Amino acid sequence: METRKEVVEFPLAKLAPSRYHNTISQYIIKRSASCNECGLCARLCPQGVHSSGNVYSGALKPYMDRCTGFECAANEYYCIDRCPQKALSIQLNPLLETLGDYRWTAEMLLGHWVMAETGDLPVTKLEYSTGKSNGGFDRIRFKTPRQNDYLHIPDKEIDTSVKLNRRNDGRLPLSINIPVYGGGMSFGSTALPVLIGRARAAKKLGTLTCTGEGGYHDKILPYAGNVITQVATGLFGVREETIRRAPMVEFKYAQGAKPGLGGHLLGDKVTAEVAAIRQTVIGNALFSPFPFHSVYSVEDHKKQVDWVKQVNIEGLISVKVSTPVDCDMVAVGIYHAGAHVIHFDGSYGGTGAAPDIAKKNIAMPIEYAIPRVHRFLVSEGIRDQITLIASGGIRSAMDVAKAIALGADGVVIGTAELVAVECVRCGHCESGRGCPRGIATTDSELGQVISEEWAERRIVNMYLAWRKQWCELLRQYRMRSIKELVGRSDLLVHLDYLEEQERNNYLSYGG
Amino acid sequence: MPEKYHININETPARFPLVSKYAIVETREKCTGSCRKCVRKNCAFGVFKLNSHNMQKAKERQYLYGCEGCFRCVQECPGGVFSRVKNPDWDNLGGGYWTPDIIHQTWKQAENGRVPVSGAGYRGKFAACGFDSIWTDMSEIVRPTRDGIHGREYINTSVDINRRPHHLSFSQDGKLDRSYTTVVEIPIPLLFEVPKFGIINRRVLNAMVSAASELETLMFLRPEEYSDDLEPLASSIVPRLKASNQVQFNNLIKKCRIVEIDYCENILQIIIAAKTINPDVLISVGIELDGKAVERAIETSELDEVDLLHFYADANGNGLGSNQPRFLSSLIQEMHSALVERGLRFRTNLVFSGGIALAEHLAKAIIYGADALAISTPLLLALECHMCYRCLSGESCPVSMEEIPENWGRQRILNLAGAWRDQLIEVMGAMGIREARRLRGDIGRSMCFENLEKECFGPIFGKSVAKGSV
Ligand code: SF4
Ligand code: SF4
Ligand code: SF4
Ligand code: SF4
Repeated sequence: METRKEVVEFPLAKLAPSRYHNTISQYIIKRSASCNECGLCARLCPQGVHSSGNVYSGALKPYMDRCTGFECAANEYYCIDRCPQKALSIQLNPLLETLGDYRWTAEMLLGHWVMAETGDLPVTKLEYSTGKSNGGFDRIRFKTPRQNDYLHIPDKEIDTSVKLNRRNDGRLPLSINIPVYGGGMSFGSTALPVLIGRARAAKKLGTLTCTGEGGYHDKILPYAGNVITQVATGLFGVREETIRRAPMVEFKYAQGAKPGLGGHLLGDKVTAEVAAIRQTVIGNALFSPFPFHSVYSVEDHKKQVDWVKQVNIEGLISVKVSTPVDCDMVAVGIYHAGAHVIHFDGSYGGTGAAPDIAKKNIAMPIEYAIPRVHRFLVSEGIRDQITLIASGGIRSAMDVAKAIALGADGVVIGTAELVAVECVRCGHCESGRGCPRGIATTDSELGQVISEEWAERRIVNMYLAWRKQWCELLRQYRMRSIKELVGRSDLLVHLDYLEEQERNNYLSYGG
Repeated sequence: MPEKYHININETPARFPLVSKYAIVETREKCTGSCRKCVRKNCAFGVFKLNSHNMQKAKERQYLYGCEGCFRCVQECPGGVFSRVKNPDWDNLGGGYWTPDIIHQTWKQAENGRVPVSGAGYRGKFAACGFDSIWTDMSEIVRPTRDGIHGREYINTSVDINRRPHHLSFSQDGKLDRSYTTVVEIPIPLLFEVPKFGIINRRVLNAMVSAASELETLMFLRPEEYSDDLEPLASSIVPRLKASNQVQFNNLIKKCRIVEIDYCENILQIIIAAKTINPDVLISVGIELDGKAVERAIETSELDEVDLLHFYADANGNGLGSNQPRFLSSLIQEMHSALVERGLRFRTNLVFSGGIALAEHLAKAIIYGADALAISTPLLLALECHMCYRCLSGESCPVSMEEIPENWGRQRILNLAGAWRDQLIEVMGAMGIREARRLRGDIGRSMCFENLEKECFGPIFGKSVAKGSV
């Protein structure tokens, strides 16, 4: 096991409130006209829900997302009961019924919005770690830790970094400070301020982000040290200089959300700027073929890797594939072709647009692929020479930790970063002008709703909150580094594999 | 290589407003009506514009349907006037197996003929039973290139209906034996049959049969449902005869390429009688998917005269004649393997009916071992049916099914079939399979929930104790 030499400095969280006038909160608090602005509630509530405003404005609208809800009734400061005018009422926000889905539940979305705003975990009671899909990560829990194991050390002494180059081949000794980096999102599918915000966040946090297959925008250049260049089947905008400047080059063979199918950018999204960068025609839909038309064997693949290694003599090579039956064999092939990182993208992941039939029915979920590949690499004796990265439907800090315990070294995140910038998962990223919330769009009007600075803060904040969860988890198991968690599937239980009595112990347990 | 098969898609809007899952509610109480930049103008889906007519009249809370859920109006309105709610009518759509989501998706496909595409990843359950418990495989690099529906390479979805002789045989004068020369191939592994509910009048039936004819596939119907105006389409019709009424419809046997006979004790006699009337006619045997189905399938596939075995599950894909019925997917698998084991599988073709509700069911049923599938309920859904079953008790149909324009109905069904075929091709393309015939029974190119749990999770968690929790 490695001993740590330096302590990584993480940036401080900077408040980044919602872009919208009305935040979506778990509870709704109404203040009726009988309020006489006595200011008692503002003094009482420790969460700061109420604010007395100032002499000019009178009582302000309550910050409802800070409210801890009905549970608060047990406190003597419960504003609803204490208001002398009986002006306050509280109810569950009926909007929640219409928000989220089995995988990203309303509470998970709300929780992540709070993290992105504050850089801290929500104080209100929200199940933000697991969803309701009834399988995979959502049925896996960490075993209840032994109390004596708890390590009383501060977060800053806990190492969450992941080494990307394990080959000792003289290439960059790249390491990332958190066990996640940003997945490929192309210019064309996602608004530029969001892409730049992601790159800035990656730089702040000491991790990476990825161009996606849409080429390299000049505005990303200042962050080049933290940006992976993706080489995908369409080869849009891939040029020698974009390969040369990258610390890591990623071959994208397949994408979990549409395994076996090429990328697809609808004509509407191919604006003048997008077309220029991709060296294509304005308004023409862009299809990337599947697979690489120059790769039909592992030998062909090796030739590609060698080519990139020639062009970029320092950078690392990552190979992104999805999860077929023989994913373990694929992993070994990738290793022997000379890659540093094997990136498996499972089938439940997100993307700008994919046929619904492909999302659910083709290739296996990442939860199965990780242990399968990990075990095989161990038995082949090459596990410690390659970095295993997982993605596809990994939503929360706990999903990341579970993926690592199942055998991954780290994780790639896409959707959660978009949720941080207030994606509501409405699924309209691909339609017409694109995302109505200005996230997955190239429409100049819609895309300007977001500022780079704000996107950066929100993403940094979310990851800072995630790091708190990882640190706490590691402490519970007496670990100082997230590297110790890799492959520790003995720390996990699956609810469907427990007898009822034991299972009940975990049902209320958040992790 | 066969000529490139193409289904003509044509945007065909619904006649009634679609029932959507959610609605935006406007509470008038706080709206001053004086914001210069009212958020209503910003809705990217024009929900307020679409509804403006009703809204002007409304004094109270107003439900606006067609909302796509971006929450912008909810979050941006300074007065907080809007909220989003579940449409109370949503849960009344269909029921049980036929979920509102399935119904809605079918409507959309019948309207635009496109593969449903959405952003932001998968949002459903991890796995469930039946068709939702398998994933199809895909190929990473090592298999030949396929570009899916946009591809340059043709992916063939044709399947055979006629039996395949195990060897060629020749008559005494050295000519190829005539009884093997009737070839019926359908370009899409999808056949139609008459739904058990719905308003099935001439318009509806004509829409369905003419769509079948244009798709070059077949429609099963009872001879009582046949009338002379369907005569030009007779080659697309498979009359379903009973032992008792076969003689009565001798005329029809002459006109059709295929007839189906319900399984009965003396099935061979009936088949021979039909073949005497029309020696070229292909024979399908209709078999209920009950406890005796395998036995009967073995018996009939041994007969040289039988081309097709057509199995009937109930509308929800459950086997018949049992209190704890098994689901179609496992029944198909069982049937396929039973025939493979006895060396009979290659002789006949298997068509299954019941419970095929989505394009993915089509692909998976073929992987489990079917040659083709027959659908009925999705046809009605293409015609905008709400599955309210009012027609069964003689009440009025909320979408006036009885008045559909035939061409409108035909096109909606074509659109649905086109969207399904494209989805089948997406799956085959991802697998690197170019022929629907090769997909059949290729269970090795799929992954099932139980095996994956055992192989990947077994070594970690031990043995699963969940009883159908997924
Ligand atoms: S305690 Fe009641 S009356 Fe006083 S400011 Fe709060 S809501 Fe108004
Ligand atoms: S369109 Fe909807 S799902 Fe897609 S990025 Fe925007 S908010 Fe998220
Ligand atoms: S939530 Fe979005 S889609 Fe729905 S009505 Fe409001 S602005 Fe339109
Ligand atoms: S909508 Fe209702 S009444 Fe009309 S055909 Fe369908 S089930 Fe029957």
